[in-house]
Amino acid sequence: MQSFNELKKNLKKDYSGFKKIKIALLADSASQLLTNAIRGFGYTCQLDFDIYEADYNQIDLQVFDPSSELYAFNPDFVIINRCPEKLLKEYCKKERHEQSHFAAYNQHTTRRYYDTITSKLAGGANSKAKVIINTYPELNDGVFGNFAAKTASSFVFQLRKTNMHLMELSQECKDLFVCDLAGIQSDLGRSFVFDPKMYVNADMVYSLSFLPYIAKHITDIILSITGSFKKCLIMDLDNTTWGGIIGDDGMEGIQVGYFGMGKAFTELQMWAKQLKQRGIILCVCSKNTEEIAQEPFKNHPDMVLRLDDIAVFVANWETKVDNIRHIQSILNIGFDSMVFIDDNPFEREIVKSGIPDICVPELPEDPAEYLQYLRSLNLFETASFTEEDEQRTRQYQEEAQRNMLLQSFDNEHDFLGNLGMTSDVKAFDEFTIPRVAQLTQRSNQFNLRTVRYTEDEVKLISGNPDYYTISLTLEDKFGSHGLIGIIILHKRDAQTLFIDSWIMSCRVLKRGMESFTMNIIVELAKAHGFTQVVGEYLPTKKNGIVKDHYHQLGFTEKDGLWITDVAQYENKSNFITNKNKSWTQTQ
Amino acid sequence: MDANAIMKLVNEIFIDVLDNDDIVLSRETSAKDIEEWDSLNHIQLIVAIEKKFKQRFTTAEINGWKNVGEMCDAIEKKLKG
Repeated sequence: MQSFNELKKNLKKDYSGFKKIKIALLADSASQLLTNAIRGFGYTCQLDFDIYEADYNQIDLQVFDPSSELYAFNPDFVIINRCPEKLLKEYCKKERHEQSHFAAYNQHTTRRYYDTITSKLAGGANSKAKVIINTYPELNDGVFGNFAAKTASSFVFQLRKTNMHLMELSQECKDLFVCDLAGIQSDLGRSFVFDPKMYVNADMVYSLSFLPYIAKHITDIILSITGSFKKCLIMDLDNTTWGGIIGDDGMEGIQVGYFGMGKAFTELQMWAKQLKQRGIILCVCSKNTEEIAQEPFKNHPDMVLRLDDIAVFVANWETKVDNIRHIQSILNIGFDSMVFIDDNPFEREIVKSGIPDICVPELPEDPAEYLQYLRSLNLFETASFTEEDEQRTRQYQEEAQRNMLLQSFDNEHDFLGNLGMTSDVKAFDEFTIPRVAQLTQRSNQFNLRTVRYTEDEVKLISGNPDYYTISLTLEDKFGSHGLIGIIILHKRDAQTLFIDSWIMSCRVLKRGMESFTMNIIVELAKAHGFTQVVGEYLPTKKNGIVKDHYHQLGFTEKDGLWITDVAQYENKSNFITNKNKSWTQTQ
Repeated sequence: MDANAIMKLVNEIFIDVLDNDDIVLSRETSAKDIEEWDSLNHIQLIVAIEKKFKQRFTTAEINGWKNVGEMCDAIEKKLKG
């Protein structure tokens, strides 16, 4: 972790060309240095945080006064930072009988903050502010001793309950995110986090060494909300996934299980397996003979990871840079969303210099320290979690099988015809809305206008008669891709149907899905008497692959918009069948 | 560590924390002589000095220093134990 002083020095550097994000910071303690730390940390992630720092201890004033600087600033993110020292002060003011209800009172306050901020900063469809509130780092006031945990009116009890309430509140409030300072403090220790001298002399409740950690976690949360997060963990095998060298030591000789060093590797595997279950794609990249490398995954009784946990398994004698590029081409995700772990500093260096965007943690020398170190990096921050995330590894395995089939055909036509592709075409419904919102949040590449919607906003759109919505799945003989395409159409006038959003998963490129979807759109336009369909491409750093999308589909350009005449449109050929026979009738 | 060595290290800390290579401290230098030496930076200076010399100072000690000279004397005294 960089020191506070290093972050402070970043403030003088050149932020031009970095993505600008507006943040309002409201704190109940002195926050100048925290502001510096956050802005300085942004530099390390190429983010230009434009921060409005409210005056000292003005949270209520800023939130409840409609004409406050907070609302004039119109931030993308509102960070409310509250400290346990102030909480204790509030608690001490209460009568004994009120102290038992202190957490409920706090929850009420937080709820009011959230409701007020989100209603006042509703903005346009894609500029709804997100609120980030911290859990309170634990402060033991030493009044009841351990008995505090058994005493509902104690400060310790009420603080923990307040934190629990915040976590629960964030379940209901989609735009409320929690910065878990309590959790971070439990890793680093109270004496690391809090410097009593700084508190007494300057009302600063965080030590200088802790500030970079808060800045990092806030930045991690913001990055994940804005669509930048890790999706894949690539693991080396020998001395990373198990102890020893499978080629030399054989399956009986490697260390895994609960004897000696084996525990370090087993628990690392358990961690990886948990990540997989929450949607992180696991891959293997190892210098080994494939058959030998796979044997423990098939037959070792103590292995936690099995072959079906691994989406892409690459074991050969090519360079790791080439192999990781191969993995990337199968998964079709950015290098900046991949993490590669390898015990060998030499291999790490080669991968880092060959693929600068990939994240390569500097594993400690002792395998006993791997897991604790990896956990501390907070590599896998996320802003959402859906059931579909759990299915991801299977989908990528199927994709690897498809790639092999593709190689066995002479031309792509025959291959596509042989896949037996079907698509379920529907308007958005209560089951698909969470996934739809997630796609608008996460898709950066195949995304024509990159409009982000929350679940609530998608709900509003799907109930609005001026909009038509289409969700599309794709299945083939190898399995299901799930929901991979969404279209939001806006009725501009009686003649014009505007494509507000066209988003597809990059997993299904080159399948004819674009043509199939276009046919569906025009069919819908025709059924409702529109004469033209209008599309728009808004370029971002990441959506270059759809630059020529409308051109390729035969739209004509006019004043920056792309137009298709419904009457002239001829259906485009493709190999996909609409599974939903009642689609046209339900429109 | 003698007084000169301490002064040299303290000077380095000032340059690093205040991010100003031109700072040359003397025993008489005080906060009014250096533009960046405000109350917020003062805290950071103290934290850096405590870390560097592996000593802790009480709030009363810190508030008692009138200038860099007194600060260095305090460090020297602590180091001698």
